[in-house]
Amino acid sequence: MRQDDHSAPAAANAADPRPSTPSQAIAELEAVARVLRRHIVEMTYQAQSGHPGGSLSAIDMVAALYFGELRHRPDDPAWPDRDRFILSKGHCCPALYAALAQSGYFPVEELRTFRKLNSRIQGHASVKTPGVEMSSGSLGQGLSFGVGTSLALRLDGIDARIFVMLGDGELDEGQVWEAAMAAKHYGLGNIVALIDRNGIQNDRATKDVLDLEPIEEKWRAFGWRTEVIDGHSMPEIVAALDRAVAHDGPAAIVADTVKGKGISFMEGNPDFHGKAPNAEQYEQAMKELAG
Amino acid sequence: MTTQAKEATRNRFGEVLSALGGENPNVVFVGGDLNKSVMSVDFSKKYPERFFDLGAAEQNMMSVAAGLASAGKIPFVSTFAVFATSRAYDQIRVGISQPALNVKIVTTHAGIVTGEDGISAQAIEDVALMTALPSFTVIVPADAVETEAAVRAAADALGPFYIRLSRPATPIILPPDYQFTAGKAAQLREGGDATIIACGIMTAAALEAAEMLAAEGIEVRVLNMATIHPIDEEAVAAAAAETGAIVTAEEHQLRGGLGSAAAAAVALSTPVPMEFVALNGYAESGKPDELLVKYNLTSADVADAARRAVSRKR
Repeated sequence: MRQDDHSAPAAANAADPRPSTPSQAIAELEAVARVLRRHIVEMTYQAQSGHPGGSLSAIDMVAALYFGELRHRPDDPAWPDRDRFILSKGHCCPALYAALAQSGYFPVEELRTFRKLNSRIQGHASVKTPGVEMSSGSLGQGLSFGVGTSLALRLDGIDARIFVMLGDGELDEGQVWEAAMAAKHYGLGNIVALIDRNGIQNDRATKDVLDLEPIEEKWRAFGWRTEVIDGHSMPEIVAALDRAVAHDGPAAIVADTVKGKGISFMEGNPDFHGKAPNAEQYEQAMKELAG
Repeated sequence: MTTQAKEATRNRFGEVLSALGGENPNVVFVGGDLNKSVMSVDFSKKYPERFFDLGAAEQNMMSVAAGLASAGKIPFVSTFAVFATSRAYDQIRVGISQPALNVKIVTTHAGIVTGEDGISAQAIEDVALMTALPSFTVIVPADAVETEAAVRAAADALGPFYIRLSRPATPIILPPDYQFTAGKAAQLREGGDATIIACGIMTAAALEAAEMLAAEGIEVRVLNMATIHPIDEEAVAAAAAETGAIVTAEEHQLRGGLGSAAAAAVALSTPVPMEFVALNGYAESGKPDELLVKYNLTSADVADAARRAVSRKR
C-alpha cells in the first residue's frame, strides 16, 4: 500500500497486507524484542524505580508493532498519516521508550536518563518524549483518546490505524468500557485494542482483586471482533494484528502474557510490577537476555 | 435603571458554534447527551459529520476530545459545568492540561442560577478546579456579547480554554462593538473611592451597585474580570493603588475563585482592604432570583461590601 512511506531503516516494515510472514521476519522481530527487553532492564535498573513486569509482558507486541506493523517515521514524529500506538497503561512506558529509541526517535543512550531530573524520558509516558502520542499515567484513558484520534483521521480521509495497549488490570476502569461502546457506535474500523492479560495488577492477581473474566466475552458483547492469542508468540501476534486491521470494525486482541516475561525471577512475580532490579538481579537478568 | 435586553449566554454560544463550524472545517463538537441544553443542536444539523455525542459518559467524552485535538481538530466540548469539571477532572488534568492540548471546554448551567435542579447541578467549584490547572485559560463571560467574543478568542488561540456559561437569560450589558482580550480586564466605570472587580452575572450587579453608591457620593471603578486565569494582575494592582479598596463579586465559591485570585494579586502589589461577595457553601433548589437574594449575591450585597471596604480605608 504505502510501502514507500517507510523512510527510516531502523523501522523498516513489511508490506501491508502481507499474505504470509516469512520465518526470517519473525526471527528478526524476536531478536528486536530481546534487545528491547535489555533496554527495559537497563532503564529500570538505572532509575532504580519503574515498572519492569508489565513492560516485559507487553514488549513482544510492542516489538511487532514498531518493527513490523506500524507505518511510522521516526525522523518525523508528527507525520499526519502515521499509524498511532497509544500506550494506555502508561506505567509500562519503559516498553514504549525502548521501542522508540531503538526505532530512532531519540538516541538509545538517552534511555539511561529515564525518571531522572531534566530528562525527556518521564516516569509515566508524556508527550515530552518524541514519538509518544499521549500523556498517560492515570489508567483507562487511552482507548477514549484512540477513539478521538480515529474520528479525526476519518474526517480527514487518512487511512492510518490506531493501536491501543491496555493492561488487564486497567480494565477495572469504567472509562475503558465507555470507550468500547463509543468505538462500536461510531463504527470505527481503524482501531485495535491490545489487552496485555498478564493476570497480575498492582497488589496481586487480577482475579483476586476484581475478577473480570471472561474478558474476551466482554469485548465481544461490546461489539468488538475479539481473538485470544499467546502474547509471547511472534507468529501469533503478527497474524492477529493482520486479521485485526483487516476487520471492518473495532478489533480486540486479548493476549495471554506472563508478567516479567524473559527474566526467570521476574516471571509471574507481582513484586516486579513496580520494582526495579538490584545490582545482582540486573547482572542475572542481562545474562539471561544475552545473545 | 434602563430596561435591558436579556439573553442566555449558552444561547449565544450555540449561535457562535454554528458560525465557527462554517468558518473553520477543523471545528468539531463533542457532547454528552445534553445537546438541547448546551444549544449544540443547530451545529449538529449543519455539520453532522463533525458532531460527536458520546452519551452520558463524560470521562470518555473528555478523552475523546483530547484525541481529536491531538490529530489537529479544534474540539468544543460542552455539557453542564458539574459534569465537565468534577466528573471528568482527571481526564482533563492528565489528558488535556498536562499536554496542553487544544481543547475548548464550554460549560453551561454553572452556578446557583441553574436553580430548581438543586445543588448537584449547581457548579460552585468549577472555576476553582479549572484555575488549578496550569495550562488552562479560564473565562467567565459577563453576558452574551462577551460570550461570543470569548468563544471566538478561544477558537483562534492555541491551547486549552474553559468558558463558563449560565442557564437563564441574563442582561446584556456590553456594547455590540465590545473588544475582548483574554487575560485583560475591561474597565466599565471609573471611580476613585474603591474598585468592584466582577465576573459573569455579577458584573451586571456590580454596575447596578455602582449606581446606588454614586447616589450616596461613593464613586467606584468597575472592572469586568472575565479571565480568572491568568488574572490581569496589572489591572488589579492599578485598582488597588489608585482606589485604595477592592470588592470582588462572583457567583461561585470564594475559595479558588475570582476573589482568591484577586486577593493574591492585591497582596503582591498594594495591600488594601478587600471585601468579597461570593458563595460560602452549597445553596438549594429555588428560582434563580430567589437564590441570588437568599445567598447574598445581589447588587445590594455588592454595594454593602463596597461601603464596608471604603470604611476600612485608612
